Amino acid sequence: MSLRLAVAAALGALALFPLAGRDYYATLMLPFFGYGIALLGLNLLFGTTGLLSFGHALFVALGAYTAAFLTSKLGVLDLEVILMAAAVAGAVIALPTGLLCVRYVRIYFGMLTLAFGMLFYSFLLKFYAVTGGDEGMRVLRPRLLGLAWASFGKVEFLTGPFYYYSLAVLVLGAVVMWRIVRSPFGLGLAWTSFGKVEFLTGPFYYYSLAVLVLGAVVMWRIVRSPFGLGLRAIRENAGKAEFTGVDVRRYRLSAFVVAAVFGAVGGALLPIPTGLADPLLAYWTHSGNLVFMLLLGGFGNFFGPVLGAFVFIVLQDQVMSITQYWRFVFGAILAVVVVFFPQGLTGLLDRRQRAGT
Amino acid sequence: MSVLLDARGLTKRYGDFTALDGVSLTVSEGEFVSIIGPNGAGKTTLVNIVTGLAPPTAGQMSFRGLDIVGAGPVTLARRGLARSFQLVNVFPALTVAETLAVAVCARLGRGRRFWSSLAADRAVHAEVGEIAAVFGLADRLARLARTLPQGDKKLLDVASAFALGPELILLDEPTSGVSTADKHAIMDVMVGAARRLGVKAIVQVEHDMDIVFGYSDRIVALHQGRVLADTTPDGIRRDTEVVATVLGKPRS
Repeated sequence: MSLRLAVAAALGALALFPLAGRDYYATLMLPFFGYGIALLGLNLLFGTTGLLSFGHALFVALGAYTAAFLTSKLGVLDLEVILMAAAVAGAVIALPTGLLCVRYVRIYFGMLTLAFGMLFYSFLLKFYAVTGGDEGMRVLRPRLLGLAWASFGKVEFLTGPFYYYSLAVLVLGAVVMWRIVRSPFGLGLAWTSFGKVEFLTGPFYYYSLAVLVLGAVVMWRIVRSPFGLGLRAIRENAGKAEFTGVDVRRYRLSAFVVAAVFGAVGGALLPIPTGLADPLLAYWTHSGNLVFMLLLGGFGNFFGPVLGAFVFIVLQDQVMSITQYWRFVFGAILAVVVVFFPQGLTGLLDRRQRAGT
Repeated sequence: MSVLLDARGLTKRYGDFTALDGVSLTVSEGEFVSIIGPNGAGKTTLVNIVTGLAPPTAGQMSFRGLDIVGAGPVTLARRGLARSFQLVNVFPALTVAETLAVAVCARLGRGRRFWSSLAADRAVHAEVGEIAAVFGLADRLARLARTLPQGDKKLLDVASAFALGPELILLDEPTSGVSTADKHAIMDVMVGAARRLGVKAIVQVEHDMDIVFGYSDRIVALHQGRVLADTTPDGIRRDTEVVATVLGKPRS
């Protein structure tokens, strides 16, 4: 009950946020949406299935480069197509890598995923002709929902089966409509007529938020399905799960692929604000950042990773503006979290809630 | 009586050590079979091989006429062969209901459904409730497995094997770690559950001779990886060699 309230309040706040006119902070939220989606995937692997990946950045980078390749090389500008392509690319790469990785557990799984991540990083760095090497690749501004407003009926799709979220999504749709009606450009206009900041803090902001909400709804369903129960059984006791009729290898591979798809979809949103996809997205420290966000928010709670991404983005912005030694500060924070709050921020909230009741 | 399990000449070697040496075991519908023997006789090895945890070095096994050598636990569960473990083996952070639901989902073929709501699945809930009731766990459905007392954990482990709806179930020391006073109660629950849930045969590994003689139709005595005797409880009592090596003292 209180969870639903908190989620509704957070959604409401996020929906109203750009209207406050602080474009800087609205833009700051954009990577949060992308990371939030990617982290939902990472947590399906770790929090639900018990496999800690140190190579999740591979899929984030894959999504980012999919966006770059489609927009700047093939001229595909529709974000829906880009997100679908990123999801497919994530699944296609995750199948063979996952087949190898899920043969192992614990640190061996982590190291193998790290190795694949670094392999992809090297690929991005060295295949200059395809990827632009260390200069990265341009990402052009995508079209959202085609050119016309008529296609906004898609929002209704969200409100159908997902009754938990229908209210929040309807509010979202209303705010979007309100922004649209208020916009001086009117119906049937391409997003290209927006200035860059206007585009990012207006249509793109709500689009990303909607993708994050949709991703969360999809992941919520997966975690609460019979398949999700099987994953939790594997996390708790893989040997016993096998004897309780759960095909452990197949389940782990499925979780790996779903996590990769979420990573790639989130990754496809990431480079759009900056307009650049660069190889560092695949570097192992980026995977480390993703794990940091997960630990910070708490992997034991469904919304932990999303909260972790949010706090990480805001904190990074604040600390970087104070000191250039922000990595030092973050290292200290990580140490404190691991030692004193192993359940992360959501664990802290849970504990307080339990003490209160 | 039709034969469920037919294993012949099962041999398991670990390097130079022979854990099982040409052991044969048949189990038919309606039977309660106990496997006894001193420590290291190969009892658990036999159960592990039959349930697909380890492959045999040599020998044949079939279940309801189908070859099961090399079949993994998931395949065996689907065909109707389940087991429980000697040491308490639960999902610590899953509730009693969730633990049973894992097995029920596997039995009903729900495992690949990643888009349907488990909470809204009435068929699964009905079966979980039925099995919990049979095992006396109905009032503990929402408790995490790790918070249960030892006896209930053991019961939950066994119950989740029953929840797979097997025809043959292998119980590796179902009453180990349980106080003597509770042993008969647990056995009665399991035998009753087998009858109510349509389990056609039970094989158990057991050390407690009161339990063995109290419940078995047939007893298989193992010693140093070989079958010493395979006969009725009365036959075992009359077999002086078994009495000397396995039971350790003459029984009246």
